[in-house]
Amino acid sequence: MSRDDTRQALAEYALRLGDNSLILGQRLSEWCSHAPQLEEDVALINIALDLVGQARALLSYAGELEGRGRGEDELAFLRDVREWRNLLLVEQPNGDFARTIARQLLFDCYAFELYRALSDSTDSQLAAIAAKSLKEVSYHRRHSVEWTLRLGDGTDESHRRMQAAIDDLWPYTGELFEADAVDAALIAAGIAPDPAELRAAWQASVSQVLARATLAQPESMGLLSGGRSGLHSEHLGHLLAEMQWLQRAYPGLQW
Amino acid sequence: MAAARLSGLAVVAAVAACEHDEIALRALLDAVKDPELPVISIEELGVLREVQVDGDSVTVTITPTYSGCPAMATIEADIRAVLAAAGVAQLRVETVLNPPWTTDWMSAAAREKLRAYGIAPPVGRADADGGCALFAGAAPLVPCPRCRSSDTRRLSEFGSTACKAQYQCRACLEPFDYFKCL
Repeated sequence: MSRDDTRQALAEYALRLGDNSLILGQRLSEWCSHAPQLEEDVALINIALDLVGQARALLSYAGELEGRGRGEDELAFLRDVREWRNLLLVEQPNGDFARTIARQLLFDCYAFELYRALSDSTDSQLAAIAAKSLKEVSYHRRHSVEWTLRLGDGTDESHRRMQAAIDDLWPYTGELFEADAVDAALIAAGIAPDPAELRAAWQASVSQVLARATLAQPESMGLLSGGRSGLHSEHLGHLLAEMQWLQRAYPGLQW
Repeated sequence: MAAARLSGLAVVAAVAACEHDEIALRALLDAVKDPELPVISIEELGVLREVQVDGDSVTVTITPTYSGCPAMATIEADIRAVLAAAGVAQLRVETVLNPPWTTDWMSAAAREKLRAYGIAPPVGRADADGGCALFAGAAPLVPCPRCRSSDTRRLSEFGSTACKAQYQCRACLEPFDYFKCL
């Protein structure tokens, strides 16, 4: 594989990571002023802010590697739904609070393992972004773990809702560990970890949390995937409509 | 705002303008504060990483506290205003992420300034493995910045900005911000 091919694979990889962070950050920001309590409103928006910050670094890097003159803003606001590369999990609606927490738990445990591995990437910029993000993701994961314990091992109603949320979102977790040609190229170059190798650590964390929260782990890994090739659930288009409308209505508008 | 403070440093500014001396420029940049923490400079906070002088051009390197820190744009604008007023014509402000920012870079003096301002400073050092624990341990024991009682409790690990947590003092009942270890 030529250096240019590796560079383009890395651009695509940075785009996928950036899209995960931005879409999840946008989703979480929908809780602003609607969270069950003030402290939680502040917590969710702080996490959203970290994710959007990570997305800015990743999308800027993706644009630079791609070399087509697109910056973070063009990538965030001017791509249509089929051009997005995020995992299906992160675009799933907030639902009730339990569903949001379940989504965050499944993602945070994954992001923690991913960024820990990427901190040792042979690509220095990706390693720097990952090392920075890892510190933040540690906080995020503690937040979702604490809430999973409280809701799972709480009242009958909170337990029921938390279990339903885990069951509903579980089919989206298989996609986290899929690898395609982009991954293969970067694994070979020592730039990215093999997603399959992250799975055991993710599974161990999630199983431990679910057990302590008195929640049952769903039986099978689901088969829903497609986000990284632009095949999304119907929810992403609606999210983009809200996130992008200003730039679509007034192209090039600045503060 | 930062530029207005500069007038008191006119002499230093004049020297800096002539020579672009790194030490003089750093003295000028002492006027640049984090807008969320207006009592400590970006150097004391550890956000200012490097000031490089190469003839007429100056490169200032900064690093964000958290990835999404919204203060970075203001900090960069303030740096530009201060150095432009000091006669620096060619300025580059670069942002780096490595090494990742840590509260360990904050001096004891900076921590005391935070406390006097009403923000409890980070307790202890950022533990390299602290973030790896899946389950939260006991919240750190944080003395109240006002009455100094150690009888405080954590209300939330998240606070008014990304870098702070919310605490409350049981002795004087005041809620307060804690600048958490990172």
